[in-house]
Amino acid sequence: MLLPIDDAAVAECRAHAMAIATDVQRFIDRHTTVAIERTVLRAFGVDGADPDGVPLVNACVERHRAAGTLGRGIATFLGRRICRGATDAQEAAEAIAYGDELDDGEGGPSTEEVRRALIEPTRRGIERIDAARRHRDADRARLGVGGAPLKYVIVATGNIYDDADQARAAAQAGADIIAVIRSTAQSLIDYVPIGATTEGYGGTWATQENFRIVRAALDDEQDKVGRYLHQVNYSSGLCMPEIAFLGAVERLDMLLNDAMYGILFRDINPRRTLCDQYFSRRVIARAGITINTGEDNYLTTADAIDAAHTVVASQFVNEAFAHLAGLPDELMGLGHAFEIDKSIEDSFLLEIAQAQLVRQLFPRHPIKWMPATKHKSGDIFWSHRVDGLFDLVGVATGQSIELLGMMTEAIHNPYLMDRFIALKGADYVFRACRHLGEEINWKPNGRVVTRAQTVLAEAQELLGVVRAEGMFPAIARGVFADVKRPETGGRGLAGVVERATTYVNPILDVLEGRTP
Amino acid sequence: MANPTGPTGEALHRKRPPHPIRAYGDRMGDGGVQLSFTLPVAAGGRAKEAARRFAEGLGLRSVLVTAMEKAGTEFTFFVVYGRSEVTLDFAEVEVPEVTTPEWTPKEVNTLVKERLGRRVIVVGACTGSDAHTVGIDAILNMKGFAGDKGLEAYPWFDAHNLGAQVDNQALLTRAREISADAVLISQIITQRDVHKENARAFIELARREGFRETLFLLGGPRIDHALARELGYDAGFGPGTRPQMVAGYIVERLLARKEGRP
Repeated sequence: MLLPIDDAAVAECRAHAMAIATDVQRFIDRHTTVAIERTVLRAFGVDGADPDGVPLVNACVERHRAAGTLGRGIATFLGRRICRGATDAQEAAEAIAYGDELDDGEGGPSTEEVRRALIEPTRRGIERIDAARRHRDADRARLGVGGAPLKYVIVATGNIYDDADQARAAAQAGADIIAVIRSTAQSLIDYVPIGATTEGYGGTWATQENFRIVRAALDDEQDKVGRYLHQVNYSSGLCMPEIAFLGAVERLDMLLNDAMYGILFRDINPRRTLCDQYFSRRVIARAGITINTGEDNYLTTADAIDAAHTVVASQFVNEAFAHLAGLPDELMGLGHAFEIDKSIEDSFLLEIAQAQLVRQLFPRHPIKWMPATKHKSGDIFWSHRVDGLFDLVGVATGQSIELLGMMTEAIHNPYLMDRFIALKGADYVFRACRHLGEEINWKPNGRVVTRAQTVLAEAQELLGVVRAEGMFPAIARGVFADVKRPETGGRGLAGVVERATTYVNPILDVLEGRTP
Repeated sequence: MANPTGPTGEALHRKRPPHPIRAYGDRMGDGGVQLSFTLPVAAGGRAKEAARRFAEGLGLRSVLVTAMEKAGTEFTFFVVYGRSEVTLDFAEVEVPEVTTPEWTPKEVNTLVKERLGRRVIVVGACTGSDAHTVGIDAILNMKGFAGDKGLEAYPWFDAHNLGAQVDNQALLTRAREISADAVLISQIITQRDVHKENARAFIELARREGFRETLFLLGGPRIDHALARELGYDAGFGPGTRPQMVAGYIVERLLARKEGRP
């Protein structure tokens, strides 16, 4: 049911978005952040925490940030310690964090010697990402992946062992993708906790060990259900690049990762987020992980009709940033949502128009279709009916990934049976309407076609405006999601550091395709 | 315009004649209810009998297990119907409710201008670990909720929305700086009653810091007026609250105080 769309308008949207992203990329390429530098240490194999739970990578990076020397890259100081006799990266990092004297970077060894000392740790770090990718690719090839739309559900008990049990049950009931929702405040804490966790608020802490526990459960369960099971977590918030790396080595399949989400919805500083998204996406691209962007959230604060074009505009911007980070279209799960006010006449037609538009604008992308959340109620029977129409749009417009709507959306984190009911309902609609999209032609000047064309035209205009004024001023003005975020406001700005001319980051060199 | 001196505050207690009620299924007094739940066992004859007994244990009679579905290898989902013999006297059901004056935003502004003679200062936030700003945004931000503009849009209101994950102390400090008439707390997190503990801690801190005149309002999807009162707030607002209800409540309380009414 292809809608007639002006190819020239689409091309102009992409050109605007690339100009917007390229302008910001110049800033990104001149800066690093504490989160990026911590990720570099993790890639070198640095791990652990002090008795107070402060991770070693935080202690190292914070010490050089406070000393004003982080602009040379933490790799510089790690390499210098290795040149001076530290046996490995871990020992070098411990010396940086806890040693009596802090290296000021003056004098020998030379940059060349430092770079040489880091060749082997760099190779090993990248190999961990590559090995995890090979492992995942082999499992996917062996087991096969479910049909589109892939059925995505969330678990969020706070206890990782309960999450693993619920993930298994969801898989047995037909789910393809399990997202472990994070503990509420985690996006705003500037370190990654360590170990298995059994207490969380509104979700479960994202830790490397928790990733392993859920992956082990899915590895076991996928052999029983005979199809590949995906795990999702969040590469967002103040630790966006670190989670990307931990997710990469623990074989996560998808990461929520958005160029702007943290700025708009968590009030994280714009500069910080834009630098962090770049490095995290470099890691994600190497790992073959699919990103999920968060445009669906725009429609929870702004009106889903008035702001439909901001979703499309943001998708073009997210795509451009992702391209600049080396991510192929096939790994971009751009998000959008079924959030139009259900009391509006013909809202279903508007939803079809917007969903099909996004599908056509991003044909190779594993588009992620998100359910109603704002216009749901404690009447679970009514909410279940809403989800039925949502499923219908999802299958008819050929969405790639569908986060299933929960009839208890307005009440609580889903019960096990809520997930079962959602999966059973989606199975029915997907089966019953499998080829519906192929059978439909919309009236050339009818409501659906007109709506899609209007949204695209508005997105094109908005992107032109943002291009003219620049990304940072546009965000400060509240262009996206009606949320205003000034360039130097929000959390985490102190963690953004200008790169020195002597900046060393061999991990980034490899990820950007250079020889370290 | 509604009469601002009319009865407000908590619903008046009146003696009502007895009014026995039961759940209504198909006929008056049949007690018919529907119920769904999951038991952590594999589906089968024993599971179905367990579901029936479970429903009986809840006090249902004539239990009919209408669906038994495998929700996982060790989880079974049930839908049951049954008859409950529970009878209530509706006359004895008392619920404290906030009665908010039904003033339009225009009426509220006129009242503030003419009767209070100064702008109303309001500050709000999601406190503690809560990052969900949809509720506080709906009440405070220009955009509002369901076509009802938020307090930012009221010319005689100064509305400050501090956003998500605001520390209790930080909110109180700000309230003092701007001499807030009312402080709005939004709480959504429900696991293990975190929202209650934090909401209570806020009020205790406010009392220790000597806040006496300020109105404290609690809102969120699991909040009702009774809970808010129990936690020490002046009023609680649950799902479906519109900005003008909050505005009307605040203005009514401020006018009552100014004019010496309860």
